[in-house]
Amino acid sequence: MIDFTVSEADQKILEQIIAEGRAGEKYTRYYEDNEDEILPEKFAEADDFPSLLKQFATRSPEDTPAATFQMLVIMYRNITAGVTLRQGRGALGNAALSAAGTAEQKAKWGNTILAMSITEPGAGSDTKAITSTAKQDGDEWILNGDKIFVTTGIRCEGVVVWATTDKNLGRAGIKSFVVMKDTPGFDILRKEKKLGIRNSDTAAYSFRDCRIPKENVLGYQPDATANKKAADDGYKGVLKTFNMTRPGVAAGGVGNALGAFKFGSEALADEGIEVDWEAGVHHRTAVQDKLIEIEADNEAAKLSVLRAAWLADKGLSNNVEASISKAKGGEVCRTGPQRIMDLLGGMSVSHDHLVEKFMRDGRISDIYEGTGQIQRLIIARNILELSSAELS
Amino acid sequence: MISFELTEEQELIRDTLNGFARDELAPKAREADESATIAEDIIASGWELGLATTQIPEAYGGAGGDRSPLTNAIILEELGYGCASLATAIMAPTAFIQPLIDFGTEAQKQQYLPLFTGSEFHGASLALQEPQFTFDPVDMRTTAERQGDNWRLNGTKTLIPLGDRASHFLVIARTGPERGLSHIDAFIVARDSAGLTISASTGTQGLHALPMSTLQLDNVQVSADNRLGGDAGIDGRRLINTLRVGAAALSVGVSNAATSYAIPYAQEREAFGEVIGKKQSIAFMLADMYSEVQCMRWMVWQAASALEQRQDATKATTLARNYTNRRALKVVDDALQVFGGHGFIRDLPLEMWLRNVRTLTVLEGPIAA
Repeated sequence: MIDFTVSEADQKILEQIIAEGRAGEKYTRYYEDNEDEILPEKFAEADDFPSLLKQFATRSPEDTPAATFQMLVIMYRNITAGVTLRQGRGALGNAALSAAGTAEQKAKWGNTILAMSITEPGAGSDTKAITSTAKQDGDEWILNGDKIFVTTGIRCEGVVVWATTDKNLGRAGIKSFVVMKDTPGFDILRKEKKLGIRNSDTAAYSFRDCRIPKENVLGYQPDATANKKAADDGYKGVLKTFNMTRPGVAAGGVGNALGAFKFGSEALADEGIEVDWEAGVHHRTAVQDKLIEIEADNEAAKLSVLRAAWLADKGLSNNVEASISKAKGGEVCRTGPQRIMDLLGGMSVSHDHLVEKFMRDGRISDIYEGTGQIQRLIIARNILELSSAELS
Repeated sequence: MISFELTEEQELIRDTLNGFARDELAPKAREADESATIAEDIIASGWELGLATTQIPEAYGGAGGDRSPLTNAIILEELGYGCASLATAIMAPTAFIQPLIDFGTEAQKQQYLPLFTGSEFHGASLALQEPQFTFDPVDMRTTAERQGDNWRLNGTKTLIPLGDRASHFLVIARTGPERGLSHIDAFIVARDSAGLTISASTGTQGLHALPMSTLQLDNVQVSADNRLGGDAGIDGRRLINTLRVGAAALSVGVSNAATSYAIPYAQEREAFGEVIGKKQSIAFMLADMYSEVQCMRWMVWQAASALEQRQDATKATTLARNYTNRRALKVVDDALQVFGGHGFIRDLPLEMWLRNVRTLTVLEGPIAA
C-alpha cells in the first residue's frame, strides 16, 4: 500500500540523528576556519548518542525498507550543520571493493578505509579520458599519473585507483588497483581547499613509478582469461554501485536544502512570518509564496530519492530513477539554500549563523558522483534508446 | 512505513484504465475538443466501468469499494493521459458523490447516493468557481444565510462541468464572515429550485469539450436537511483538498501523455542531418520532462495518501498543487516546443494539452479524488 508516513520508532532514530548533528554544531565553525585539520576519529560528545548501527539492529523488518530508510538518515544527517561526531570506517573505495573484489581481496582489505581515486586534472566525468597509466612488469604493475578530488583521501589507509593499461582500448583498458598509503612512489600532494564540505578531506595524489603486486588489481584472478573477464565485470560492478550511491549523494543534497529550509522557516517564524496554509492566493505574501515553492521543490526531490532507493529495496532496476533523484537532488541543493538566503537577507551570509554553510556544502551535490548534466544524459539515453556514442 | 507499492486492485485498475485511456479516450479527444461536445457513448462507457461510483457503500446500493483518494488519484492520472476533457466529463459526478460519502448525514446518503447506482449515467455537479478574478475558495461571494429551518443562497457560480445534465448541484457557499477553508459549507440544490437560473457558460480555453454551466442563485431556499453534513457541516479543508488532488492527478496524466508523445518524435524527426533527440538541447528537455512526471506523481500520491489516512492534508495538498501546477505547465509547454511549428497546429494534440493543463491548474474543483 502506498504510504509516506514514518513509523514512530524510525522517527525516534531520525530525531536522534538531528540531536547528534546539533551537538556537533559547536565545532562546525572551527573546522571551517581551520581547513588543514581533519576531524578526530571521535569527539567526546559521541558517547552521548547510541551508535546508528545499534539502532538499526532494532528496526522491524515490517518497517520502511532499509535502503529507503538509509536515504532519510542521510537527509536528516544533513539537516543540521554539525560535524560528524564519529567518523565512519568506510569510504567509496570500500563500496568498489565489495562490488568488484574477490573473496580474498575482501578478506584482506575489508577493514581498511579505502578511498576511490578516478578524477584527474584533465578527466572528470569522461573517465575514459584518464591518462594515469599502469604497465605490467613481471608480477607487478607500475603506476604513473596525477589524481585529484580524492574524497577521504587524507584519512584513508589505502585507495582504489583507476589507471589505463592501454589508452587505445578506451574504457576497456581501464583497471582499478588497490594501493596502500605507504607504497613507495605514492604521494599525497595536498588537501584541497573547497567552497564547502570543508571537513570532508579531499586529497590530490601523485604516482611516480609506483609498484604494486599484480594481486592488487580489483577482481584479480590467477588465470589470464578469467582475469580479463573479472576486470570487465569489476568495471561494471563499480558502475553499478552508482545506482545506490547516487540516491545517497542526492539525499545529502536534499538534506542540505531541507536544513536551510528548516533554519530559514524557523528564523522567519520567530519574526512572526509563517505560511498560512489556508490563506488563499490573494492573501499570501511574496515570502509565504516563496516558502511554499521552496518546500514543494525540496519535497519532490526528496520523494524522487526515496523512490530510487525503494526500487533498490524491492530488487527492481533503478538505473534511471537513481539519475532522476541525483538530478533533482542536485537542483534543490543549489536552489533551496540560495532561495532561503533571499528570504533572510543580508544577515544570512554572516558567520554568526550556519545557514550560509548549507549553500556552500550543498553545492557539491550537483557535481560529484556525476553532474546534473551527466544524469540528464543517462536519463535521455535511456528514454530515447540512444547509446553513449549517439548522445554525449 | 514508506512504500510506493500499489495494491493488487490498484494495479488492475491502472492497467485497465491505461488501455481505456489510450484506446477509447485519446482517439476521440480532438473531435470532442473541436466540436465542444462530449459524445454520449463516452460518458456511457465511463459509467459502465463504474469509475465514479464504485466507492459508494453497499448499504446505498453501491459496489462498496473502499473510499480511496489514492485509487482515485491513480484513476484520474490514467484518464488524464487519454483526455482531460473526457476524463472530467466521466468523473464530474465524483465532485458530488465523494463529498456526500465523506460528509453526508445518514439521511442525505440514503436519499442521494442511490441516484448514482443505476446502469445509466446520472449527472450531478459541484458548483464552486465564481465569476470574479479574485475568486478563491477561502474568499467566496456566494452566501448562505440561515432563516429558520432553511438556508437562503445568493450568488453566482460558473464553469460547472456538465451542469446541463445535473439533477443536483453541490453549491459551495460561505455561512459567515470568516475567511478560510474551515468556514465554507456545501448545500445540495435541486435543479428545479425556485430562484435558480441555469445558463450555458461561454467556452473555455481548455477542457473545451466540456459543456459548462453558470448558476445564478437569487434567494434560493434550501432546507436545513440539505446542508451537507447537517448541523455539523463539512470539513472544508478536506473538501477543497480532495478537489485539488483530483485536478493535480489529471495534470500528471496530461504531462505524461505529452512526454510520451514527444519522445518518439525526437527519435524520428531529423534536423541538420540527425534526429533531434541526439541534440542535448532537446534530450535534456525530455530528460527533465520525464523526471518531472515522476516527481509530480509522487507529490500527488503523498497528498492523496494523507487524505486516505484522514490526516489534515492541507499542507501536502498545497505543496502538491503548487508543484504540479508549475511543473505540468512547463512539461507540456516544453513538449509543444519539441514539435516546433507542428506543436502550434491543431492537427496534433500538443496545443490542446497545453490548453487543458493550463485550465486544470487554475480552475478549482471540476472533479474529486
